[in-house]
Amino acid sequence: MWNYNEKVMDHFLNPRNVGEVENPDGVGDVGNITCGDALKLTFKLDENGRIADVKFKTFGCASAIASSSALTELVKGMTLEEASKVTNQDIVALLGELPEAKMHCSVMGMEALQAAIANYRGEEVADNGDDHEGAIICKCFGVTDTKIRNVAKQNNLHKASEITNFCKAGGACGSCLDEIQRVLDELWNNAPAEKAAPKLDDFNKLTTVQKVFRVQEVIDKEIRPLLEHDGGSIELVDLNGSNVIVRLTGRCSSCPSAGVTLKYTVQDKLREFVSSDLTVESI
Amino acid sequence: MSDKPVIYVDNNATTCVAPEVLEAMLPYLTRCYGNPGSIHTFGGSVAKDVENARLKIAELLNADHRNPDGEATEIIFTSCGTESDNAAIWSALLTNPERKKVIASKVEHPAILNLGRELERRGYIFETIPVDGNGRIDMQALEEALDDNTAIVSVMYANNEIGNIYPVEEIAKLAHKHGALFHTDAVQAVGKVPIDLANSEIDMLSCSGHKLHAPKGIGVLYVRRGIRFRPFIVGGHQEKARRGGTENVASVVALGKAAELAKNGMAEEVKYLSMLRDRLENGLLERIPRIKINGDKSSRLPNTSSVSFEFIEGEAILLLMNQFGICASSGSACTTGSLEPSHVLRAMGIPYTSAHGTIRFSFSRYNTVEEVDFILEKLPPIIATLRKLSPYWKEEYAQ
Repeated sequence: MWNYNEKVMDHFLNPRNVGEVENPDGVGDVGNITCGDALKLTFKLDENGRIADVKFKTFGCASAIASSSALTELVKGMTLEEASKVTNQDIVALLGELPEAKMHCSVMGMEALQAAIANYRGEEVADNGDDHEGAIICKCFGVTDTKIRNVAKQNNLHKASEITNFCKAGGACGSCLDEIQRVLDELWNNAPAEKAAPKLDDFNKLTTVQKVFRVQEVIDKEIRPLLEHDGGSIELVDLNGSNVIVRLTGRCSSCPSAGVTLKYTVQDKLREFVSSDLTVESI
Repeated sequence: MSDKPVIYVDNNATTCVAPEVLEAMLPYLTRCYGNPGSIHTFGGSVAKDVENARLKIAELLNADHRNPDGEATEIIFTSCGTESDNAAIWSALLTNPERKKVIASKVEHPAILNLGRELERRGYIFETIPVDGNGRIDMQALEEALDDNTAIVSVMYANNEIGNIYPVEEIAKLAHKHGALFHTDAVQAVGKVPIDLANSEIDMLSCSGHKLHAPKGIGVLYVRRGIRFRPFIVGGHQEKARRGGTENVASVVALGKAAELAKNGMAEEVKYLSMLRDRLENGLLERIPRIKINGDKSSRLPNTSSVSFEFIEGEAILLLMNQFGICASSGSACTTGSLEPSHVLRAMGIPYTSAHGTIRFSFSRYNTVEEVDFILEKLPPIIATLRKLSPYWKEEYAQ
C-alpha cells in the first residue's frame, strides 16, 4: 500500500484539466504503454504568449495522474519561457511529496511539458525528451546515460537505486544497475570502490602454496562476485606453473559465452592482480 | 486500521480467521499454554491436541498413512507455505546429491522462483517451463527438460493470480518416469478443491493456514511415507526431528479446525464460490467493454477471477475501488513497487495494454451475492473515469 498524502489523493480523485485542448499550439507525448505510464499534454497560448489552456491524458497509477494534474495547475498562465524552467521538483513541491519509488511520475510530467514546448517551437524531439542523445544504458526502459546524468544532476542522486525511482532505469531486469552506478560515479567523481586485492610482487618468487593462496584470494574477492551476479560461479581446480585451471559452475557452466568470460574476466583479473604471466583454462 | 466496512475479495492474499477457528485456538493462548514436548500431563495433553489437528489435516488431504500410534506422520507443521516449499526442494537436493537439477513452471510463486535463483547461485541448475496464453503448462517442454539429472519437479497445484489448476498427477508421473521427485505448492488449492493424496503420485505438498481461514504463521509440508527427508530447520526433536522449533500450538489447533471446516463444507462451497465468480465475470462482461477474463476456464479454482481492463492501470483501479471499501489486488507493476507487470501475466504473453490493468478478485465463503452486486454497480463508472483519462482509450472502443 502506498502512502499518498491528501494532496496527491485529491489530484488523483479530482484531476484538474483532463482531456485534450482543441487545436493545440503544442502537444507533448511521452512514455508508452509497455513502460506502464504515458502522458499526453496539450496547451494553447493566449495573445500574450501565456498558457491559456492546458489539458492532460494519462495512463498510469495514482501518482502519475496526480503529477499530471498538478503540472497543468502549475503551468497555467505561464509564458513558455517560464514553463520551460519547470522541473519535476516543482511538481513534487506542489503535491507536497511523492513516495520515493514514484518520483519517475513527476519526471514524466516534466518531460511531457518539455516535449510540448519543443513541439510548439517546431523542434524535433524523441519520445523521451533528452533521450535522443547518449548511449542506451537501460534496455528494458530505453534510458540513456544522458538522461541518467540529467536526472541525477537535477535531483542530486548518487545511487543507482535512486535513479530507478526517478526514471525507472534498472527497475526491470536490473542488469544495468552496475553501469548506472558507473555513470553516477563518473558524474560525481567518486573514487571507484576500493580493491581488496594484494599488492603485485614477484609472483615467481613465491612458493607453490603461496601462489595457490594468492590466486585463490583473487578468485574469491574479485572474480567470483562478478560471475555470481549473472548466476554463475567458479572454483579453482589446480595451478600448474603459471597455468591456472578452473571450473566454471552454475549458469557459467552452460553459458555459450563461457570462453569470453574465461579470457576477459577470469584471465584479465588474474593478470591484473596476480601476475601478467598467468594463463587460464577451464575443465 | 480504519473501521470502514470492507468488501473483501482478496482471499488469495489472505483470509479472515473463521470464528470457529478462533474459538478453538484461544484456550491455547490462555490456559493450555503447556509445551507439547513436556513430560507432565499439563504439557503432554497439549501434544494430543496437536496430533488431533494433524489428523484433521491428513483427512482434508486424504493422506491416509498412520503409524502404529495412529498418528498422521506424513504431515509436518512449518511456519508458512514458503518454508514448506524451501524445505521440500532442499530435501530433494540433499537426499539426491547426484542430481543437480530442479524444474518448475514459469508461473510459480516467488517462494519457488527466487529459491531457484538462489540454487543457481550455488551451482545447481534451475529450469522453468513456459505456459501458453491461458496459463497452461507446456507439457512437451516439461518432458524435454526432464532427465536423469533432475532431482525434483515442482509445479503449483493452483495459481494464485489466475486460478489455473495444473495437471499435477500427470506431471508427477512424468517426473517419476525419470526417477525425480514431485512437489506441489498447493497453498491456493488446499481447502478450495478436493485433494486425494492416498490415490496420488505427489511426493510432497505445501500448504498455508492463512489461505483457509486459519491464522498467519502456520504451514504444512506433506511428505509421502517412504520419501527420504532432510530437515530444513534443524533443532530439537519436534515433528519427529523433521522440523526443529517448539510447535506453534494455538495455530496448529486452529489449522486443524480450519481443515475440518473446509472438508465438511467443500462440496457446497465449490458450488457457491463458482456462482459468485460467474456472477461477477458475467456481470462485468455485460457492463464494461474491452475486458478479458484470464486463465484456463476449463480447469481453475472456483473462487478466483483475473480480469484485464484494457488501456488503464491497475493501481488506479484499486485505489478508486478502495474508496468504496472494495479490496482486491492487481498484477500491475505500480502496486508492488516493481516496475514490470506480474511474472505470471508476462509468462502468458498478455499484451501490455491489458497486463497493467489486470485485477484479481478472489472470494471466500464469507462473501455474498450482495457484495458482488455492489462491485458490479461501482466498478463500471470507475473504469469509465480512468479510461476517459487514458491517452490510449478511444470512444469508439465502447461500441
